[in-house]
Amino acid sequence: MDLDTPAHEIAGMVSAGMVSAEEVIERTLERMRQTEHLNIFISTNPCAISEARRIDDMVRTGSDPGRLAGVPVSIKDNICTRTMPTTCASRMLEGYVSPYEATVVERLRREGAIIVGKTNLDEFAMGLTTEFSVYGPTLNPRNPRYVPGGSSGGSAASVAAGAAAISMGSDTGGSVRNPASFCGVAGFKPTYGMVSRYGLVSYANSIEQVGPLARTIPDLALAMRVIAGPDPRDGTTAGARPVSDTGDGMDGKRIGIVEQMAPDSLHRGVRAVFERAVSGLESLGAICEAVSLEMVDYSVAAYYTITSTEAGSNLARYDNIRYGYGLDREGYEFHRYVTASRDRFGPEVKRRIIAGGFVPSAGYTGRYFLKALKVKSRLAREVNRLFGTYDYLVSPTVPVPPFRLGEMLDDPVGLFQLDINTVTANLTGKPAVSVPCGTHDGLPVGVQLMADSFRDGPLLGAARALEGIVP
Amino acid sequence: MIGLEIHCQLTGLNSKLFCPCRADYRGMEPNTNVCPVCMGLPGTLPLLNAAAVRSAAAIAMSLNCAPGERLAFFRKNYFYPDLPKNFQITQYDAYGHTSVGGRGVVRLDDRDIRITRVQLEEDPGRLSYEGGADGRATTLVDYNRAGVALVEVVTEPDFEDPRQARDFMNMLADTVESLGAADPHLDGAMRADGNVSVRGGDKVEIKNINSFHDLEKALHFEITRQNSLCDAGRTIVQETRHWDERRRITIPSRTKEAELDYRYFLEGDIPWVAMDDDTVRQIREAMPESVMSRRDRYIQYGIAPQVAAVLAADALCCRLFEESHTDRTAKLIANLITTDFMGVMDTREKRAHSRLQAGHLSALAGAIDGGSITRSQARTILARLSRDGGDMGAMIREAGTSGDLAGVVERVIQEEPEAAERARTNPPTINHLVGMVMRKTRGSADPQETLRLIRKALEE
Repeated sequence: MDLDTPAHEIAGMVSAGMVSAEEVIERTLERMRQTEHLNIFISTNPCAISEARRIDDMVRTGSDPGRLAGVPVSIKDNICTRTMPTTCASRMLEGYVSPYEATVVERLRREGAIIVGKTNLDEFAMGLTTEFSVYGPTLNPRNPRYVPGGSSGGSAASVAAGAAAISMGSDTGGSVRNPASFCGVAGFKPTYGMVSRYGLVSYANSIEQVGPLARTIPDLALAMRVIAGPDPRDGTTAGARPVSDTGDGMDGKRIGIVEQMAPDSLHRGVRAVFERAVSGLESLGAICEAVSLEMVDYSVAAYYTITSTEAGSNLARYDNIRYGYGLDREGYEFHRYVTASRDRFGPEVKRRIIAGGFVPSAGYTGRYFLKALKVKSRLAREVNRLFGTYDYLVSPTVPVPPFRLGEMLDDPVGLFQLDINTVTANLTGKPAVSVPCGTHDGLPVGVQLMADSFRDGPLLGAARALEGIVP
Repeated sequence: MIGLEIHCQLTGLNSKLFCPCRADYRGMEPNTNVCPVCMGLPGTLPLLNAAAVRSAAAIAMSLNCAPGERLAFFRKNYFYPDLPKNFQITQYDAYGHTSVGGRGVVRLDDRDIRITRVQLEEDPGRLSYEGGADGRATTLVDYNRAGVALVEVVTEPDFEDPRQARDFMNMLADTVESLGAADPHLDGAMRADGNVSVRGGDKVEIKNINSFHDLEKALHFEITRQNSLCDAGRTIVQETRHWDERRRITIPSRTKEAELDYRYFLEGDIPWVAMDDDTVRQIREAMPESVMSRRDRYIQYGIAPQVAAVLAADALCCRLFEESHTDRTAKLIANLITTDFMGVMDTREKRAHSRLQAGHLSALAGAIDGGSITRSQARTILARLSRDGGDMGAMIREAGTSGDLAGVVERVIQEEPEAAERARTNPPTINHLVGMVMRKTRGSADPQETLRLIRKALEE
């Protein structure tokens, strides 16, 4: 067994006693030490080895160690864990330890997964390069001069570097799929309401989902079968359905190529990978044709308007009163204290909180927030109409290949535009997956498939087919 | 004109609106009735208490306010130390009618009170201020109350005087109590803010009123204050004022509420709640009778409308009535309760502690009806029973013996008004009355004593 072994194989070998969980985790921890320079983890689990030994005990005594027995899993540091801090890569939550565990973490542990550490991210998941972290940027394991994408950059890098077989990220506008594409791994954004958000620190709660990253599509499917399903602690999961095991092949499937997501201006390296992927799908019998989603042109503006509004509200609780860092309250009036303590937010978070105070405010909400909601509902109408005809929609995951660290730091709005292919799935609640489909100049490029709501299982089947034809 | 904004805690629930913490936090050590959800810890989500929705809808329906077909929750965003998330989850009609109760009208005495809306929301925590020895003030926050379900009832400015506003509060208190939704007697369970405007001027909102009694006082004060300003030729400006309980005046509030922009938007963590016909019917069927319909039913017994209204509005009195009356004694018992019992026990609190039971009332009514005691004797017995309890049978027997003859005399005079009148103007005809009494007592009465009592009664 090596550290690039897929999760389902690791679990199989551990359950069968062919390899001990302790050995898997020992080697994973060793890999984590070797890749420390990539700055993937914010914290590591000090109990990982003893937890692995417990799995081995279960195997020895003949009890079922679970579907993820001994599988090393990393968790984005905006998902709550009891034994490690949950910082959201922010100075506001420095050293904060949650008194409870997120539902997804509970479900992973119940199936024998070993949480090896908490991964780096853009502060509060706002960004797409993992450069907006108080702990410094994560480097792309494929080439450390390049960004890993974001905001789940640490998660994608941990999987790419073999420091975890599966990672849990969160996807608000592409935060799982974008870094999956940049690091050359698979990443999945489930249908809104499929996976419990209990324990995911909210950024834009009406559109975000916890989603898995892994090296293979079957591992994404395995992770989804473990984490998906109704959770009594998250009312929005009431309609969640089981993830079916397999798709039913690509033959005769109708796939729409979204024009607005692969325009003439598309990066030529990305285009080359994308076109190869489309021909591959056609060679499997899929019928691919160009389709139009006019609202996509407005989707990024709508996305940032809606997410800023929700972020402004979701992040209001960080007033340093009930938890936070040491800032003496003596002598402050409440509002002055809150203002002073919130100065610890980083620049990107501040930008969005400020925008979030403005776009839904009286006098401007009609011009901005309500208009954004209108774009969102029209986009959903267009997408739903397409899913009346097409099984899947396909596009490049990100319109550009990975870029160098620092390259986009001074261009926040230009950075926003890179979300154009991913935000539609969030704004419409649809499932979407990024499949590593090739490289440009040695840097990974991903292709995105999107399906109708609650067709997460078939979508993973289609992604598996696409994965299978990549050279 | 006066309008009210009333907040009623759903103390009848087991848990808070969005988490399993107790709805009844009273008497607990500060910050012991909290969990990650009601403390607004990172990553937590509100989980809507379905029983709270049913309770709130029942209150709305009792006020003739129909629930929205689909209920939505919104965030009201503002920073305040008692708000764990720095936003309050409440309801708001941004997309049509999505609150637990929309417009409705309630009949109160002979007025129509229009209800603007009824909504379900979470209560904030409580602040307490402690002055330090060095003169510096400290603010302490207790989150035990944070997240308790509140029903907000907003009325149009349809009250003309403070007494009506208080009557409305009493009616609402009776309603929520009879629904089992809340115990309005608990400290702070029902709170009202008043909106007052005089002579067409701007409205002034009065907050920080802690009892029904103070509500009436605060409204009186504010009306007087505004009238005297008008008399002096000054204009009333829209503002929020606080009721100063100690000084019994309203004072300008420091926070400028009107300037706050709450940036309402949909709370995505709570799925819309469908209130289909079946759900509404189930809630309605589980509801006890409303005060209004109870009043109308009482009138059918021949009870005077005012008496029926007073009786129907008080949950305890209703119960006593329902458990004691027969068709024949309904009117009598209604009068016994509303004039005698409520006369002696003149506040809700006193009545709640009284010893009177339904069985007492039916026995008393039977005794009056059967002629063994008089109405005024019944009043005395009822007062004693209510205050001290005791053996009512003995009291009736005692009254029946000692006051037996006087009672019969009283009744004969009542039954024979013409004979009584004749006896006054033509004294010898008094013998007719004596005969009547002798017949009623089957000859057991002392004629001399009877004559004396009749003379005495005729003089009164």
